[in-house]
Amino acid sequence: MMHFLLLFSRQGKLRLQKWFTPVPEREKKKIVRDMTTMVLGRKPRSCNFLHWKDLKIVYKKYASLYFCCGLDAEENELLALEVLHRYVELLDKYFGNVCELDIIFNFEKAYFILDEFLLGGEVQETSKQVLSRSIEASDMLQETMEEYMSKPAF
Amino acid sequence: MPAPIRLRELIRTIRTARTQAEEREMIQKECAAIRSSFREEDNTYRCRNVAKLLYMHMLGYPAHFGQLECLKLIASQKFTDKRIGYLGAMLLLDERQDVHLLMTNCIKNDLNHSTQYVQGLALCTLGCMGSSEMCRDLAGEVEKLLKTSNSYLRKKAALCAVHVIRKVPELMEMFLPATKNLLSEKNHGVLHTSVVLLTEMCERSPDMLLHFRKLVPQLVRILKNLIMSGYSPEHDVSGISDPFLQVRILRLLRILGRSDDDSSEAMNDILAQVATNTETSKNVGNAILYETVLTIMDIKSESGLRVLAINILGRFLLNNDKNIRYVALTSLLKTVQTDHNAVQRHRSTIVDCLKDLDVSIKRRAMELSFALVNGNNIRGMMKELLYFLDSCDPEFKADCASGVFLAAEKYAPSKRWHIDTIMRVLTTAGSYVRDDSVPNLIQLITNSVEMHAYTVQRLYKALLDDISQQPLVQVSSWCIGEYGDLLVSGQCEEEEPIQVTEDEVLDVLEGLLVSNLSTPVTRGYSLTAIMKLSTRFSSVVSIYGSSIDVELQQRAVEYNALFKKYDHMRPALLERMPIMEKTASNGPTEIVQTNGETEPSVPDTKHPPLVTQPANQVTARSHDISVFTIDGSFFVTDDVLLNQWFNI
Repeated sequence: MMHFLLLFSRQGKLRLQKWFTPVPEREKKKIVRDMTTMVLGRKPRSCNFLHWKDLKIVYKKYASLYFCCGLDAEENELLALEVLHRYVELLDKYFGNVCELDIIFNFEKAYFILDEFLLGGEVQETSKQVLSRSIEASDMLQETMEEYMSKPAF
Repeated sequence: MPAPIRLRELIRTIRTARTQAEEREMIQKECAAIRSSFREEDNTYRCRNVAKLLYMHMLGYPAHFGQLECLKLIASQKFTDKRIGYLGAMLLLDERQDVHLLMTNCIKNDLNHSTQYVQGLALCTLGCMGSSEMCRDLAGEVEKLLKTSNSYLRKKAALCAVHVIRKVPELMEMFLPATKNLLSEKNHGVLHTSVVLLTEMCERSPDMLLHFRKLVPQLVRILKNLIMSGYSPEHDVSGISDPFLQVRILRLLRILGRSDDDSSEAMNDILAQVATNTETSKNVGNAILYETVLTIMDIKSESGLRVLAINILGRFLLNNDKNIRYVALTSLLKTVQTDHNAVQRHRSTIVDCLKDLDVSIKRRAMELSFALVNGNNIRGMMKELLYFLDSCDPEFKADCASGVFLAAEKYAPSKRWHIDTIMRVLTTAGSYVRDDSVPNLIQLITNSVEMHAYTVQRLYKALLDDISQQPLVQVSSWCIGEYGDLLVSGQCEEEEPIQVTEDEVLDVLEGLLVSNLSTPVTRGYSLTAIMKLSTRFSSVVSIYGSSIDVELQQRAVEYNALFKKYDHMRPALLERMPIMEKTASNGPTEIVQTNGETEPSVPDTKHPPLVTQPANQVTARSHDISVFTIDGSFFVTDDVLLNQWFNI
């Protein structure tokens, strides 16, 4: 299973954090610091895999954002790259040419999409279309929809 | 009271802060506003306030005062509220929080909600962070949803069940009936999560594993359909149909086929098919191949299939993609014990990976190379590994040096080769060699009796070049101390003996004593070596010396005493060291560094024969390392002196 998924910028600013195991707040901060230090310190053309404690760390850079996840030792790293890529594709489809600013200003939507894609650290849906349709339908349920479309709900 | 500012307005404002202090001020101001809004029990804007709080939490600021508000949002009837409430719960209300359990009732109600998206929220939250108590309370609801025909809910319920089983393994049994027809689903989401659930159950319980073995034919069929079916737009990734599902099925097959001949037999064909037909131009195809290889290696596959798998890994090693090379090396490392010969065939490619630019790949290649060293390839491999040691990053040198020593010890074709290899490591990576290598090397050297002259000569020559690498200096000092007589008498047979006088040797050792590069331990070795030479050379008469280092000071004082008051004992005490046996527990370290408390196999020198020798009055040697002396009296007693003697 995936233990955590982090999105952070080139300067190490956290844009999204999803934890699939119970971790104390202080420990979370330490892990985030460790991950950002390790990943940002990698040479540009290194391979995308690292070892940290007993976890496999898989990371990929998309434009100005690093997507970094921690996996159990028996997980398939190459497939993890596909999982990260799929999440980026979903964000891209939803926001239309997604960029870091979209995720900064609409972080809650990034979480909603992630929660339709992964559950308990595992992939729950493998079809992009099915997933997009679910998100659309959920969005439709949001009250003050008119306000939501032109101006954000909150 | 004006409406609280919108979330995106807040984000915009905070981003204009130019310093950390400015940001903190803005956050504090907004937190105060949010707190008073919470106190007023404002339903309209609670959602907005919690969303803002979550943003500030992501920036690293405390948000615990919003925990109860999340609970109120979850309990609300509005979907917008629930969405943010559950998000807040997942971020702020993990099982370590006191109020975590208060969610249970809300989740229970929402699991039975009329809107599937609300049920989905509840399942997601429970499946991501439900505590054991919560899982126990709600397992029944999850089990019910696992049997629904609604695929949206069924797939989430399956993963929720996985979480429940992880938290409370005893509850696994209750999900068994619901798994009956999970694999007959056409929906890929449900199929995928079902396979994950089955995998979890099989991994945790041998009974479940036996029970689910009968699913192998069905899994094989599903996998076959995925490969053979034409283009499916909904699940296609670069020409491959649902790679996520394919990999999970391969993993489940691995678990089911392990240590079972029949199951392994049943999946043989499909594995061969996947291995040969999968498109390898993109990462996604290689991800499937990788999983296939892992499965083949783990089940009871026939040898042809195993060779196919290792060859795939061999091809991976030649791939341009670093990730694939890395994954190949990691897998080969796992199989090198069981399929040693097959992996040996790829040895040259693996050794080439030592020259890779990527640090992770180099490390894996180094580990694998050491695993592949054997009696037949030791010379060739060692050449490559020593070259690697020369040029690699410092972070590798210690491990590589240790690996070389181990390999050399196991497979050295000759003693001379062994000594030469040790020399090479000490001179090229001398400063990175582990501390415990020094006693090990000394033990090795004493054991190669016929090589003593050659060894001491080579070590002496190395010292002349460079005295900065402490392990080299320490081993050299020790050898010169023991075999210095062989050095000056030019007895070397292996190579041209060098001409060196006693004075030159003593000058070198003295140089070590005064050099800034020498550590206290090294100085100890040199001082002792000079002392030993007093019986092998004729020109050492006494040792002056005081040093700010207590250890050295004590040695110098005691050696001096040995010259002055106990000169008759000196030859016996400084006899050539016997060959050291490795002790059962720690190897030679134990003997070499004993304080005389254990019983080393040396002749009983507690009562040395009384040999009277007139003290020579030739020049005493002086050393410039004086700082202060204790008031001139000697604190040593006979016992201490003799005990000290077994300390090198």
